[in-house]
Amino acid sequence: MSYSDKIKDVIETSDVALFMKGTPSFVMCGNSDRALQALRRAGAPVTAVDILPDPQIRQDLSTISGWPTIPQVFVRGELVGGADIVEELEQNGELAATLREKLGDGYAAERDETTVALA
Amino acid sequence: MSTQPLRNLLERAFPDATELDVIDRTGGGDHFQVIVTAPSLSGLSLVEQHRRVYEALSAPLGDGTIHELRIKTKGAG
Repeated sequence: MSYSDKIKDVIETSDVALFMKGTPSFVMCGNSDRALQALRRAGAPVTAVDILPDPQIRQDLSTISGWPTIPQVFVRGELVGGADIVEELEQNGELAATLREKLGDGYAAERDETTVALA
Repeated sequence: MSTQPLRNLLERAFPDATELDVIDRTGGGDHFQVIVTAPSLSGLSLVEQHRRVYEALSAPLGDGTIHELRIKTKGAG
């Protein structure tokens, strides 16, 4: 079975989608945690998807994004990058600028974290 | 894996690199930090810059030799 449709749906309908190992309340990988913490510091709302329940999720995700590693962060359907890029953009202020531009000035006020299970 | 094969792949992909380094972060030969500064990366988004690195290292990434990869890229030399 393919997860492509479900993955595309999350990417396209989420303000900020984070595909990660584990969940925000139980992170299973240091790099997924780096991305999550950077998003939290920037005040980003997060829709998190755990890719671990089925290896097929990761395969389908990488086919869609053309990005080989986890985590992957998308803002309004567009790939922002993995942990290194998200941290770098958070530190130089570009992450907050992108979030303001795409989600509006008050994006941080409505911040919440949700977890979507695909499997 | 030692850092040298990765360095060779990157040198082939970025012949214009002014800075190119591969660090074994844990000493275990599978967690690497890659640093590339090259004029050929100028004008590209970070996503596109990292994609170039992933392409250069697609073989060791694909066969699991690289378990974790951290990337730091810069455009201007």
